[in-house]
Amino acid sequence: MTQDLTRLSASELADGLAAGEFTSVDATQAHLDRIAAVDGAVNAFLHVNADEALATARSVDERRAAGESLHRLAGVPIAVKDVVVTKGMPTTAGSKILEGWIPPYDATLVERIRAAGLPILGKTNMDEFAMGSSTEHSAFGNTRNPWDLDRIPGGSGGGSAAAVAAFEAPLAIGTDTGGSIRQPGAVTGTVGVKPTYGGVSRYGLIAMASSLDQAGPVTRTVLDSALLHELIGGYDPRDSTSIPGRAPALVDAAVQGAGGDLTGLRVGVVKELSGEGYQEGVSARFAQSLDLLRGLGAEVVEVSCPHFEYALGAYYLIMPSEASSNLAKFDGMRFGLRVEPEEGPVTAERVMAATRGAGFGDEVKRRVILGTYALSAGYYDAYYGSAQKVRTLIQRDFAAAFEQADVLVSPTAPTTAFRFGEKLDDPLAMYLNDVATIPANLAGVPGMSVPSGLSDDGLPVGFQILAPAKADDRMYRVGAALESALLSTWGGPLLDRAPALPTATTELEG
Amino acid sequence: MSTISRDEVARVAALARIDLRPEELDRLSGELDVIVDAIAKVSEVATPDVPATSHPLPMTNVFRDDVPEPALPVEDVLAAAPSAEDGRFAVPQILGEE
Repeated sequence: MTQDLTRLSASELADGLAAGEFTSVDATQAHLDRIAAVDGAVNAFLHVNADEALATARSVDERRAAGESLHRLAGVPIAVKDVVVTKGMPTTAGSKILEGWIPPYDATLVERIRAAGLPILGKTNMDEFAMGSSTEHSAFGNTRNPWDLDRIPGGSGGGSAAAVAAFEAPLAIGTDTGGSIRQPGAVTGTVGVKPTYGGVSRYGLIAMASSLDQAGPVTRTVLDSALLHELIGGYDPRDSTSIPGRAPALVDAAVQGAGGDLTGLRVGVVKELSGEGYQEGVSARFAQSLDLLRGLGAEVVEVSCPHFEYALGAYYLIMPSEASSNLAKFDGMRFGLRVEPEEGPVTAERVMAATRGAGFGDEVKRRVILGTYALSAGYYDAYYGSAQKVRTLIQRDFAAAFEQADVLVSPTAPTTAFRFGEKLDDPLAMYLNDVATIPANLAGVPGMSVPSGLSDDGLPVGFQILAPAKADDRMYRVGAALESALLSTWGGPLLDRAPALPTATTELEG
Repeated sequence: MSTISRDEVARVAALARIDLRPEELDRLSGELDVIVDAIAKVSEVATPDVPATSHPLPMTNVFRDDVPEPALPVEDVLAAAPSAEDGRFAVPQILGEE
């Protein structure tokens, strides 16, 4: 076979499978080979699920040959972030406390992926319990950015973004609490979508901050995200915050957007998410994308969201509070690590403390202690309560802005990918990465990052599109329109310009 | 000079049931001020007249149909436990002696 199946998008793979040009076993094996060749350098995967993936692929091929009607993505392989539980497959959430844990059940989104016949290639690396913006907080080593192996792939979902950017998988699942899908998308030149809160079931996600967490697609094209979003989205009775009723048609919106006509659409530029702190090349790419949207007929207006500057403060009260509560279940009693204290009585309480002291990494300890402090007697109202008021103010800002514009836009992240270690000792600098993405989580609105070109340093930049709650289709329309306009100016996908990765075979030859 | 003392960090770590090494206590007592800065910032606008929002899309009384559903098989769940005995989780003594 001459065609490299790893270079195809998920929708192209789906078309080729449907037309009988190749089999799911071909496509799955091609991606497993690619993982074997480049993942030594990238380290996007914590676990590769080769046998089961090939078994799924074979079964889909047989069903297709028998004339069964299959889901459009049947046979298209996918990678899953390790914070999502997968029955029979190790799930660590990037933490030593869960090393070797095999969950006894599947997350709802994994059930849907399996039911549709997508071979699961493996589990991707992440910051421990999704706490971080660089994947440097994983207990299992850094994932490297395929654009520059000395740089971070973003986080917390750096593994999913890098896997897709390195052509190790056409599709991946991410989760986004403050930007963990969108910011890795921006710094790796891939597409990442945080759906409306409640749009995708959280059942089976290892929770960090339950009122902010949301799972979504990580892909190389907007259409692929729409296909995956439709598959994993929709009401789930096992998640009490799941949105009942029918979700909007996302694939249709992406197809319509790719047609390139945005006449009458109002695009609001959020004044507070620009200027100081934004790298020059990031701002330049943002301005170029705005010009392209104008060229497609959109009207670009400036909107103000004055309370966005309080979002980071509110986020760093709410997120650790909810995380400290959610992570209380890691007590060494029912699953995961159990460590006994070195001296003194072996009581449950002391075993729990010893287990957590040994099993949690630095950033997790930091956040759990911050959250415990914020929720402790006498502080709850002033801390968590005040932060929840800021949520109201941010929701009001969004409501007012969406009166003036159909979608809101900003750069996804203020800078391109930074070098390993650069921000590790400065938590505040690390947190500032998420300044443009956090407001969407606090308000529950959907957000998408689309690659918008390269900055002066030759590294990818992301363009963020935000839509009102339950209007995810709008960002697919605008994202697909922008993507197609950018592709024409580039003359091909942005990822074609990424450097070739060192492969296991070339290393052996050298 | 940090606002949150080393003793305070030790007290909260005990509440959070996390054993910290002395060097971890030193480092964290310098890093927790971020929460004091966050609260200072948030307090500028979190005035009494602003209602709190706990969840992005408010929902109340979410029930499923009252139909029994099978739980996970006991052996599957216990297979992942650090210790199990007689079809139950085996845990250390719950109450300290004193």
